[in-house]
Order: sequence, then structure tokens, then C-alpha cells
Amino acid sequence: MKKDVSIKVCMGTGGIAAGGVEVMSTFEKMLAAAGIKASVTKNCSMHKVGCRGFCARDVLVDVIIDGGKSTYQYIKPDMVERIVHEHIVGGAPVGDWLVTDDYHTFHNKQIKVVLSDCGEVDPEDIDSYISRGGYEATKKVLTTMTPQETIEVIKASGLRGRGGAGFPTGTKWDMGIKAPGPVKYLICNADEGDPGAFMDRSVVEGNPHAVIEGMLIGAYAIGAPYGYVYIRAEYPLAVERLHLAIKQAKERGLLGKNILGKGLDFTIKVKLGAGAFVCGEETALIASIEGKRGQPRAKPPFPVQKGLWGKPTIINNVETLANVPYIIRKGASWYAGMGTEKSKGTKVFALTGKILNSGLIEVPMGIPLKEVIYDIGGGIEGGKKLKAVQTGGPSGGCIPSNMMDTTLDYESLGKVGSIMGSGGMVVLDETDCMVNVAKYFLEFTKSESCGKCIPCRIGTKRLLEILTRITEGKGREGDIELLETLSSDVKTSSLCGLGQSAPNPVLSTIRYYRDEYEAHIYEKRCPAGVCKDLLSYSILEEFCKGCTACTRVCPAGAIIGEKKKPHKIIQDICIKCGACFETCKFKAIKKG
Amino acid sequence: MEKKLEGILTRYHENEGNLISILQDLESEFGYLREDAIMWISEKLDVPPAKFYGIATFYAQFHLKPRGKNVITACCGTACHVKGSERLITSLVKELAIPEGEETSEDLKFTVEKVNCVGACSIAPVIIINKTVNGKMTPDKLMKEMKTLKEGKREYTDYI
Repeated sequence: MKKDVSIKVCMGTGGIAAGGVEVMSTFEKMLAAAGIKASVTKNCSMHKVGCRGFCARDVLVDVIIDGGKSTYQYIKPDMVERIVHEHIVGGAPVGDWLVTDDYHTFHNKQIKVVLSDCGEVDPEDIDSYISRGGYEATKKVLTTMTPQETIEVIKASGLRGRGGAGFPTGTKWDMGIKAPGPVKYLICNADEGDPGAFMDRSVVEGNPHAVIEGMLIGAYAIGAPYGYVYIRAEYPLAVERLHLAIKQAKERGLLGKNILGKGLDFTIKVKLGAGAFVCGEETALIASIEGKRGQPRAKPPFPVQKGLWGKPTIINNVETLANVPYIIRKGASWYAGMGTEKSKGTKVFALTGKILNSGLIEVPMGIPLKEVIYDIGGGIEGGKKLKAVQTGGPSGGCIPSNMMDTTLDYESLGKVGSIMGSGGMVVLDETDCMVNVAKYFLEFTKSESCGKCIPCRIGTKRLLEILTRITEGKGREGDIELLETLSSDVKTSSLCGLGQSAPNPVLSTIRYYRDEYEAHIYEKRCPAGVCKDLLSYSILEEFCKGCTACTRVCPAGAIIGEKKKPHKIIQDICIKCGACFETCKFKAIKKG
Repeated sequence: MEKKLEGILTRYHENEGNLISILQDLESEFGYLREDAIMWISEKLDVPPAKFYGIATFYAQFHLKPRGKNVITACCGTACHVKGSERLITSLVKELAIPEGEETSEDLKFTVEKVNCVGACSIAPVIIINKTVNGKMTPDKLMKEMKTLKEGKREYTDYI
């Protein structure tokens, strides 16, 4: 009997970087060769799918034969031949290359809503989305619900803005429908600027139609005939797939005039961000779409009163909108059944840094942090000790390792001095210096400050100066207190969210790691061994075998010595990057 | 050049675009924002060049100086940072002889730029070489890539 074969290759940015395109074309070649496709299979389809979260294992390939799915990991083009012959023709999966148990542990504690179709649907094919129930929610609202009823469902679901602030989406839409006038705008904010976060990229790359459908429902609810997606130009693949998805939706009459014959008009335009973090702020984003410098302005008037081109405007984040079709389809009580009392549903996090299983995860709100780190994430890379988990990017804070019982919801994260943010979650281990981490974020906010208001423009600069001198061993007594006062001033007097939250990384690291700051200032020592000016590297002659491994990795050319004879580091040239320290197999490099 | 600029202006009118879109088109057409091109457009639209300059210097995407034939983008996101992106950048700058404080080598062959985050954090550290994303980069691997690039042995492809 001929088989029904379907092959899914992960082709997000991660999958492509690992060679997804080549893997897919090799499959196509192999299947066509020797007539395998014709002789073995009844139906044979190849699909590009978006991110399924576990990018560290890419290229991930699903081979589905007559409904039975096997998932392969780390697939390279030269491995395809064996899979085709043994599995597709022979019927026996190649056991060595199948995903291991931890792949399943990674997924078991997750509950996928926004990501439920990512990795399943072909993002470049609207029919693939429709076959899994896509656009049914649109039909449902257009045929059976009034705009106000739609808003009530979203309100009842308890969905809150996933961009970071957590404002209730239903309430926002309610303000939208009440805003006067026929011209209103709905903007999808896909300007994911937080370093260390890639939830929105993955959703747009993996399931762009869910975002479009969410916008469509939102537009119907608030009565907005025009929509914009403001997306980062740094995400070329997401932009391309979004354009394609909009084109396909137009062709099916799901965008444009008189949608589904129900009299709804809605068009979507894509605007590319030009690389400014502050444009994630609503009023700055609007200025940027209008073609100006992306500087925020004072609120009120809020965008819902006076937004894009002076008209009422509602701005929702990608993940928020992608939740909407699923809530409409499955009902508000289903969604509200997940999560905590005040934080409902699920949240997507980008779990990265020193974690074993790095990737994109979606968990119910209120899950304890330790379950995310140890069960889903598989613990810390390289057997090192967990030091902290940084959430919320440059606006967030660090949660120390002894507080891993903290639950992931808007309220608990706020209580420990961090924020939910958009979902970046960077795991730090014992080799990370917390003063350096604070400095890293301040470098970021200082350069991304738009410069309009003084507390942020000058305040972040001064904060960075103090942090820099501390990491250089020039810290003074009173610097910690100065950081604290200045931080609180910047927080209270800045114009927009960027400045108001910029000192958070400083305050939270001082709160939990004051001793590290003190070691830098008073003992001129970096306990984690990161701050270069407080370190030096030297070679222990008795251990050095002269293998030249260090010479080869030294980016500065600071290591000299003959083969098989002890080497030497020239201190003046050494940039203290630590490459030699990590490379040496004989523990001959001394750090201190 | 004028023909290209006319084309950009036509697109601009068709799409009710704005100054940012024009600058984005200019950047992709010429690789950077040429002063003469800006002056030409500024005159045609009767918008002072200062306005263009204000926008160009606000957004990280725009460049006022010519860029190298090969563009190497180092991601400096948090995940890449804690996984050693700084070390990669140091070795790139040295290997490709990028003058201090500049992004582009004097012979205009290489540009090394830092970006905030390309959103490929689970394969950090990430280096993008002429639009091809390379994950889990090490100084060793990077130097090999640079060698092939210098010798012109490898053609890098665009996305997909």
C-alpha cells in the first residue's frame, strides 16, 4: 500500500541559519530521484513551518507517515538520504537521530495558544492556516456577534497587553469603540526592540495569519477601517512572510472592502521601523509612522483620543493580537481558566542565555520560575550554578537564584522588582557579573534614549558613567547611594516608559547583589571574573604544554611562545577577553 | 542617478509614503544616504535637508557614510552579550582592519556593524555575514568565514 507522507522542516530564522533551506531541497531531490515519490507515496507534501521553539536543536524535521509523526533533530543535508531510505521507504525511523526525551520534557509543561499553530502550519500558505481552523473566528464575529459583544468576550477572557505594560485589552478596545468619528486606526506593534527577546518575530514568521486575523477582529470591534503593522526592518523574513500573508488574505476577500460580504472594510499596511528602541512607545511609534523622528510626547491626549494623523488609534502588541482568534474560537472562559486571578492565559517567553534548552516557550501565567528553568529549560549550561534570571530586558530586573519560587505573572514579577515585559528571559550563571549586566543595559538605554527629556538623556548617561567607573576599578565610596538616588530621580521624572524604567536593571542588581558592587568599589575585585580592568591573565609555566591552542584563539595576538614550550601572555597587548582561559585544556591559564 | 531618484519619488507618491520610506529606499538603492541624492529629493519635495538629516541621524538603520562591499553584522543582544559577542567584535575589527571609531575599512571592502538584537537569541552569539545568519559563532569559526570571504571563495545568498 502506498503511503501518505508529509515532511515538515523548521524554517524560522533559526532553522534557516542551521541549514533548513538545504535540508528541504535535499529532501525534494532525494524523493524525486529514483522515482521514490511516485512508487512509495500516495500523497507526498513538503512544508516549511515556523518556529516550534527549540531552535537550539535545529534543523528540526517532522516526518509524518500515515499520521504517525517522528521528529528528528540536528538534521544536516547529508543525513537526509538515510532518512528517506530507512524511514520513508523502509518504514523504520532512524533511531539515532530522533529527538531525545528532553525534547518532550521541553514541551510537556508548556501550554500553547499563540504558538499552537507555529511549527504546524506553513506560514506561506493561507490554506494551511485555514485547515487548522484559521479565520473561523473572523466568520464567527462577523456573522454572529456585534462589535460590543466581541469586546465583552475579550474583556471576560482577561487578556492583557503582552507588550509589557499589561493593560487589559478588552478595556482598551472599549475605549476604541467609544472614540468618535469614522476614521480610526488599529496598529499592531511588532517593533520588538528588547534585546534578548524574539517572541514577536517567531509568531510573525511562524503564523502571520493569526496576527492578521487578530487585527481583523480588533478592527471590527473598535470600528477601525485602517490598520498598520509597525515591524522592525531587522526581521526581514518576518516582513516578507507578513507581506505574503496580507496578499493572500486580500485574494481571499479577508482584507479589503466588504469582507466576507458583511460590509466590513479593513486594509493593512506594513511600515518598517528604522531601528529605534523608543519606537515601541506608543506616541513615538505613531510619530515614526507619520515619518518623523520617533520621539514620544506627553500623554494625555492618549492615542485613543488623538493618535495617528490626529485620529483615534489603538495599538496592540503582536502576541496580544495573535491570542484573539483563539479566544474567540474557544471562548473566554477557556482562556480565563488558565493562569492566575489577575493574569489570565498564557505567555510566550524567549528563554535564552546560559540555559541548556534555549528557545521559545509558552507557559500558563503563574507557573513558578524554577519549573521554567529546570523542567522546561533543563537547567544551567555546562553544569554551572544559576545566578539570576533577567526578565523584561532593559526595562526589567534580575531575579536571584534563591527566589526561583517566584511565579510568572504581572503582579509577582513586579513585587520582586522586575517586570513581565514583552517576554525576554535571559538566564545568568555564576560567571556573569551583575554590575556588568547593569552596565550593559544602561549602555543600551543611554544610546536608545531619544534625547527629548532631560532626566532620561542626561540621567542614563550619568548612571552609565558611574557604572563604568565601578567596573573599571575606579568606583568611589558613596557611588551605590548615588546610583540609587539618581535612579529614583530618573524613574519619577522621565517623560516616557523608556526613561521611567531604564534604572530598573541598576536598582534590582543593587537590591540583590549589593555585595558585588561593594567588592568592585572597595576591594577592586570582580567576583565573577568579568570586568576586564580588574582582571589579568597569565600562563602557569608548569602546566603549559605548548600546544599553541591559546595562540590560535587569541584575537589580539598577545600570546607568544614556541611549540611544545611554555607560552607567555604579553600584558600590554592582552585585551582580557578570556578566550585562552576557556580554550586551554591543561588549566595552565590563571585568571585573577 | 536621477532616474533612480525619480523612481523612488514615484513610489513615494503612489504609496502615500513618508520621509522615512524615502530614506529607506535611498539606503537600499545606494547602500547609504548620499548627500547629493538627499539634496535632489529635498529640492523636488521642497522639504529642507535638515529634516532628512534629523531623521537619518535618529534611526540606527541609516548611514551617512559609504559602507563596505561585505557587511558583517554582530548582534549585541543580551543573550549574545553574555555569550561573548564582544570578543567576536574585537577579533573582527582587528582581522578586517577597521579603523578605530569607524565601521568600514578604508578600502571599502568590509563593514562591521553592531545591532541591538536580531532576535535569534537561542543560537547566540549571532553574526550575520552579508544577510546570512550564522549562529553559535566562535572566534575560530568566524576567522575561517572571514578568510573565505577575503579570498572571495564563498558567495553569500540572501534570505531564502
